[in-house]
Amino acid sequence: MAKKVVMEALSPTMEEGRVVTWHRREGDAVKSGDTIAEVETDKAVMELVARTDGTILRVVAGEGDTVPVGDVVAFIGTPGEELPAPSPAAPSPATQPQPSPEPASAAAPVSAEPEPAPLPVGPTQEPDGQTGRVKASPLARRLARDRQVDLRVVEGTGPGGRVVKRDIEAFVAAPTPSVSIPTGAAYEDVPVSQMRKTIARRLVQSIGPIPTFYLTAEADMERVAEAREALNTGNREPRISFNDVVLKATALALARHPSCNAWWQETHVRQWRDVHLGMAVAVEEGLITPIIRHADRKPLAEIAREGRELAERARARKLVPEEYTGATFTLSNLGMYGIDDFTAVINPPEAGILAVGSVTTKPVVAQGAVVVRRRMRVTMSCDHRVIDGATGAVFLQTLVQMLENPLAMLL
Amino acid sequence: MATDTRASTRAQTDKAAEQLAFFRRMLEIRRFEERAAEAYATGGIGGFCHLYIGQEAVAVGSLAALRPDDYVISSYREHGLALARGMSMRAAMAELFGRSTGCSQGKGGSMHLFDSSLNFLGGHGIVAGQIPLAAGVAFAIRYRGGDQAVVCFFGEAAVNNGAFHEAMNMAALWKLPMVFLCENNRYGMGTALERASAIVDIVERACSYDMAAEIVDGMDVWAVQAATARAVARARSRSHPTFLEVRTYRFMGHSMSDPLHGVYRTREEVEEHQRRDPIAALAEELRASGVADEEALEAIDAEVKAAVEDAVEFAEESPEPGPEALLTDIYAE
Amino acid sequence: MPTVTYRDALNQALREEMQRDGEVFLMGEEVGVYQGAYKVSRGLLEEFGPLRVVDTPITELGFAGVGIGAAMAGLRPVIEFMTWNFSLLAVDQIVNSAAKMLYMSGGQYPIPIVFRGPGGAALQLAAQHSQAFDSWYAHIPGLKVAAPATPADAKGLLKAAIRDDNPIVFIEGEMLYNMKGEVPDGEHVVPLGTAEVKRAGADVTLVCYSKTVAASLKAAELLAADDIDAEVLDLRTIRPLDIERLIASVAKTNRCVVAEEGWEFCGVGAQVVDYLQREAFDSLDAPVLRVTQADAPMPYARNLERAAKPSAERVVAAAKRVCYTE
Repeated sequence: MAKKVVMEALSPTMEEGRVVTWHRREGDAVKSGDTIAEVETDKAVMELVARTDGTILRVVAGEGDTVPVGDVVAFIGTPGEELPAPSPAAPSPATQPQPSPEPASAAAPVSAEPEPAPLPVGPTQEPDGQTGRVKASPLARRLARDRQVDLRVVEGTGPGGRVVKRDIEAFVAAPTPSVSIPTGAAYEDVPVSQMRKTIARRLVQSIGPIPTFYLTAEADMERVAEAREALNTGNREPRISFNDVVLKATALALARHPSCNAWWQETHVRQWRDVHLGMAVAVEEGLITPIIRHADRKPLAEIAREGRELAERARARKLVPEEYTGATFTLSNLGMYGIDDFTAVINPPEAGILAVGSVTTKPVVAQGAVVVRRRMRVTMSCDHRVIDGATGAVFLQTLVQMLENPLAMLL
Repeated sequence: MATDTRASTRAQTDKAAEQLAFFRRMLEIRRFEERAAEAYATGGIGGFCHLYIGQEAVAVGSLAALRPDDYVISSYREHGLALARGMSMRAAMAELFGRSTGCSQGKGGSMHLFDSSLNFLGGHGIVAGQIPLAAGVAFAIRYRGGDQAVVCFFGEAAVNNGAFHEAMNMAALWKLPMVFLCENNRYGMGTALERASAIVDIVERACSYDMAAEIVDGMDVWAVQAATARAVARARSRSHPTFLEVRTYRFMGHSMSDPLHGVYRTREEVEEHQRRDPIAALAEELRASGVADEEALEAIDAEVKAAVEDAVEFAEESPEPGPEALLTDIYAE
Repeated sequence: MPTVTYRDALNQALREEMQRDGEVFLMGEEVGVYQGAYKVSRGLLEEFGPLRVVDTPITELGFAGVGIGAAMAGLRPVIEFMTWNFSLLAVDQIVNSAAKMLYMSGGQYPIPIVFRGPGGAALQLAAQHSQAFDSWYAHIPGLKVAAPATPADAKGLLKAAIRDDNPIVFIEGEMLYNMKGEVPDGEHVVPLGTAEVKRAGADVTLVCYSKTVAASLKAAELLAADDIDAEVLDLRTIRPLDIERLIASVAKTNRCVVAEEGWEFCGVGAQVVDYLQREAFDSLDAPVLRVTQADAPMPYARNLERAAKPSAERVVAAAKRVCYTE
């Protein structure tokens, strides 16, 4: 019996995908796991892999076609066997099992995106792996919950693609081979006080869904520049950029000020213990924010290398969802465009975003004399439901101190 | 001569007392069962309910021949036996009502009346199932060298069951001190003896086991008492078993869901047996011997009815078993 | 510690308990003059006499009932079934009388009795003499079911069973009687309801009892060669089941195979699996697999019989599947 190849949900929010390229043609033999097509999702170009061994008997969706998640794009089977008659749309999803929703509050969805809408699900006799539901052992589900791994992005090696314990362990181990990240609770949920509820309600009435205010500070970048020159002597790779240093300093400052490394969760504020720093990257059609996870614990060189690689992959639209979901704070740098200062828009549920301007040479007064210094302005957008003016100011103070005395980052 | 007269007078007095006691006991069973039927009809009693009406002379006569340390075990038609053995009407009625004050705490019901203080080892619901148990009790008596006896009651339909034969064989083989007391009421539910057994005089079953056996008139309480006494004496003195075929008749249906007379027996047949009602016969005997007149007998009946009414009230007012009772007594601690 | 056979360990338990308590007696077919069909009761008639070591006619229902009646009168009978295959004739007494007497008498009549004998298949005894009824009896509230796998457990569990005030179904194994092992002299009682880890391991729990313990231990050795570290958990008592140790083991290994001698449908393993899915759901990394007798009456032919029985090889195969290594 020929197996259907369906459009898979390749991102948490994907509802349809556009077939970009077929890597395999009708008549080609494929093995389970082989990439057979590239599919453009709402976020990236992803690979569609075969879920069974066999021969591609028919390609139903042509290159450029947009196909709803769950619909058939091809058939794999044994040459000569009859294919099922083309059927119209899948039966009403209402009677089909829905993807199991993430537990509401106890578990922490890694995704900062809204919960995925129920995906259209194919007929029940189809293997689950082809319908967007994740097959995972109970233990794997528990481990994923505990370690904040999105099961949808873990490759299952059990029967029928079931995600099992070893897959979670491999997944958790994989992204940061050079840095050992201590385990433990990833965040602390701080209940929202009545006063804070009132602040939240009143400010939302005043300014919109996210009551934002802005704090600007200017840092002297002379010592960062000196340090950078020293670090970049010779042909040492990777080259350290100003932005890398700002990323690192921001991450460290966030680690010291968890009240700014936080998510607004309506009933509570989630203060993250780990810093997962999003960095806004401009791409051809817009913007995406890949994440440097545990940025506060990674060496500068690691941040530089990872930041570079993520940016490249973002521009190539090769990011997978777990690489751009789940930031605890975001940094946007338009300095390379000569922008001195600007304000950035908060990515909910994150409570803050830092807009970084260019490093400019300007006269400043120091110890009673006018001197020429390299300076940089940063503006932090704060969600007032989470961050008060003073809270944000103290965070920025720490950040500026670190930039003006980079050795403090070693402490 | 004078001594003889005194002795004879005492004997007459004793006899009169026994006659009155038997009459009262049989009437207790009759009125208890009648009231149970009424309570069944009005929903106070549920499940299966097999009445003893018509067979009262068997219970009262046979159990009068036992000592308190002897053992009694029965099939599920055992209300009369429990009462004749000395169970209070309250404890028996409360059990039929499924109340915690019942003799089995409401967990046994009509078919499973137990009272260890009376060595009353229960009513048992599977035809013939209690017969090997009785042999086991008799085995224990022999094991300990005691002189008690076990009387095992079962209906005539049980003699076609393997358990009966297995127990008969072992009792005869091992010389167990027990009485196999077959209450032959002529019907196994709706099947007449002739339609179920290859031999109609079922006393002959004992022949294959070389066991002492008698046919007894089950409508005559004195005959039942005497035959049982002989059998029990044989058990006590020589540890030999006895088979008694006690011919009786049930005036009611097999159970409450079975009509008095239906497809398997005629009204005429039932009425014919009712003319030999053991209680009426004993009443006549009391009147004839001058021990009691009609007024005295009616006074006894009134007392018995009051006692039965008291038992029903007691049962109705008693609490049902608590929810915790569901899961107790499954395992001994 | 002396090394004795499973058969002699049982004999020790019987002898010691009969010496300890005059109300304990043994009854069954060929237990006396013949010295036991499988010689478990060897020497007991000579020591205790015919009143306490009682040969019966071939009348399973009858002598099962006699035992229960004796228990109602306060004795502590040990009833031997030559094999559990013949217990089917006595099921009415075991289920309707022994298991329920305490309950339906409102707590007045406990039945302290042990029904014992070999269960399951031996070698080429064909369909009617090769049956494991463990799950049948374990189904019944009021009964306890023990099935020792080693000589030490055979002695310890039988002593516990004889001292217990409840009806015990005690399932031995013809193929186990010659097994040798260390058995403590004298007082050695294994409490009913306690499972034992016969081999510790980290990767998969092999739940077993009776004859499947040996098969599981052998399987564990074979698995070790493939780098799979199996834990062998001997239930020892099927009812009450030691749920605590079962859950603890699976919480550690995350994977489980249940091996039993009986048929699959409604078998003991089905109950084990039910407990696991209820109590250890989040610990499971794979569905629990079962190794049972083939779903067929036991054939006579040697090759078919071998194919029908659970084996170390089948346990290995199941363990590899739950470990996702094949």
